[in-house]
Amino acid sequence: MSLTNLTLKAAIDGLAAREFTSVELTRAHIDAIEAARGLNAYILETPDKAIDMAAKSDARRALGEAGPLEGAPLGVKDLFCTNGVRTTACSKILENFVPTYESTVTSQLWRDGAVMLGKLNLDQFAMGSSNETSYFGPVTNPWRAQGSTKALTPGGSSGGSAAAVAADLCLGATATDTGGSIRQPAAFTGTVGIKPTYGRCSRWGVVAFASSLDQAGPIAKTVEDAALLLTSMSGHDPKDSTSLDIPVPDFTQFVGKSVKGLKIGIPKEYRVDNMPAEIEKLWQDGIAWLKEAGCEIVDISLPHTKYALPAYYIVAPAEASSNLARYDGMRYGLREEGANLTEIYENTRASGFGDEVKRRILIGTYVLSAGYYDAYYLKALKVRRRIAEDFDNAWTKCDAILTPTAPSAAFGLGENSNDPIAMYLNDVFTVTTNLAGLPGLSLPAGLDANGLPLGLQIIGKPLDEATVFSVAGAVEKAAGFTAKAEKWW
Amino acid sequence: MAIDAATVRKVARLARIATPEERLEPLAQELNGIMTWIEQLAEVDTDGCEPLTSVVAAGLPLREDVVTMGGDPARVTSNAPKSINNFFVVPKVVE
Repeated sequence: MSLTNLTLKAAIDGLAAREFTSVELTRAHIDAIEAARGLNAYILETPDKAIDMAAKSDARRALGEAGPLEGAPLGVKDLFCTNGVRTTACSKILENFVPTYESTVTSQLWRDGAVMLGKLNLDQFAMGSSNETSYFGPVTNPWRAQGSTKALTPGGSSGGSAAAVAADLCLGATATDTGGSIRQPAAFTGTVGIKPTYGRCSRWGVVAFASSLDQAGPIAKTVEDAALLLTSMSGHDPKDSTSLDIPVPDFTQFVGKSVKGLKIGIPKEYRVDNMPAEIEKLWQDGIAWLKEAGCEIVDISLPHTKYALPAYYIVAPAEASSNLARYDGMRYGLREEGANLTEIYENTRASGFGDEVKRRILIGTYVLSAGYYDAYYLKALKVRRRIAEDFDNAWTKCDAILTPTAPSAAFGLGENSNDPIAMYLNDVFTVTTNLAGLPGLSLPAGLDANGLPLGLQIIGKPLDEATVFSVAGAVEKAAGFTAKAEKWW
Repeated sequence: MAIDAATVRKVARLARIATPEERLEPLAQELNGIMTWIEQLAEVDTDGCEPLTSVVAAGLPLREDVVTMGGDPARVTSNAPKSINNFFVVPKVVE
């Protein structure tokens, strides 16, 4: 058993029992990262900083000052600003950006004793579902289909975070989710990921994509690990005006709690054409496991589900076009030359943004432009309310909702990259919770015929991550998912 | 509503993204594909429906109108593409 195979909880327990030091644990991860460069999960390794943080952690522990994550080495999605450590959003426009401040979420992880291993790859500005829009090249999924050497996507946008956790290159990682960017990569890599209720985690210091949808959350090896990380990442922050000023429970206490008597909603609309039979079967397995655990299964309807993605592709690009207006080449980031000010702006942004980012800025600018605002943007916001109302109605009948996470297993790199809509459909089951602001968790529950992991999603009421963690704990226990990607890298 | 090359040129200008002439037509087709897919929103009955702009029910918090940060121009300009003596250097915009 290598130290990198440990779960976060087991590693923290081992550190507390003085079985090994944080420096030893961190060194083991640094070695694993160096041996796994072919996956392209880390775009910046910070081994010196990691060892320094680990040594300080060991010193704190010796003084009896251990925090909840004391000594645990983690990876950070390169969308979180890290003080003095380059933060790029995997874009050319921020290729050399070095923040002079730390995001609230990461600062809370360090406050609780965690150690930073480096910065993880993502789709550029978190826009993508396969990690292929990264300026630094795609991440390769540690998982391969049985008997195949074909490179698969780890999903996106948090593909680096998911791949690093799946390949034991960190004990857990930060991630963000605007339409499914935590949960779809978690499903594709056999890991656990949760997007909490909108407002649980501060967005301060996280490079903005679509501010009314963006939420941070962890990707981890187990449900309990995800609960540990989310407890540390959550909390009120006056620097984010949408941060919720409410107490954060210790989420770990809900993992393993009985789910007897809970009503679990099964939405009939969470099926798409050509969805593999294995995903339908896994969903039925999940229903059976929860019944066995004492839950009552309730059929529900979320009738506006099919309109969620089209609404999202107005709301998110509209907000993105506004948020990304800040990249003007004047105060930070890339600047290209031009004959006059407008040309400098235009050349800087043409050179600094990738094709998918430009596509979304253009859509956003179009739907917000004079004459189209009411027809597109306001219409999408009204449909967004319909989607939120669907969930409000569902909560009169059930306590949590069980769905598949994604409509397929991991697909090959390059397979969907020429068809934007086919790529967007990856988020068909996850995007609804972003629009409604609800917590959603994906956990691995089985393998398909090719030996690739599949995920189930648990959606909760606003601020009811507690129930989500209890239900996820019950599914995790029943599924007994222990498969790991066979090491080839 | 079909997007043509002229619309792409106008939108790209509004978005301040230089777009070469030969990219306008392919981009128009791409964006049309996406917007046609989005058109299905017209099927949804939204009569009497208020737009949902925020999922956070609470009002926006207010704080004291006081300076909380500042006085560190070197830090502020540390990522500037061009700066001199802690000032941003920008192109000449007035003749």
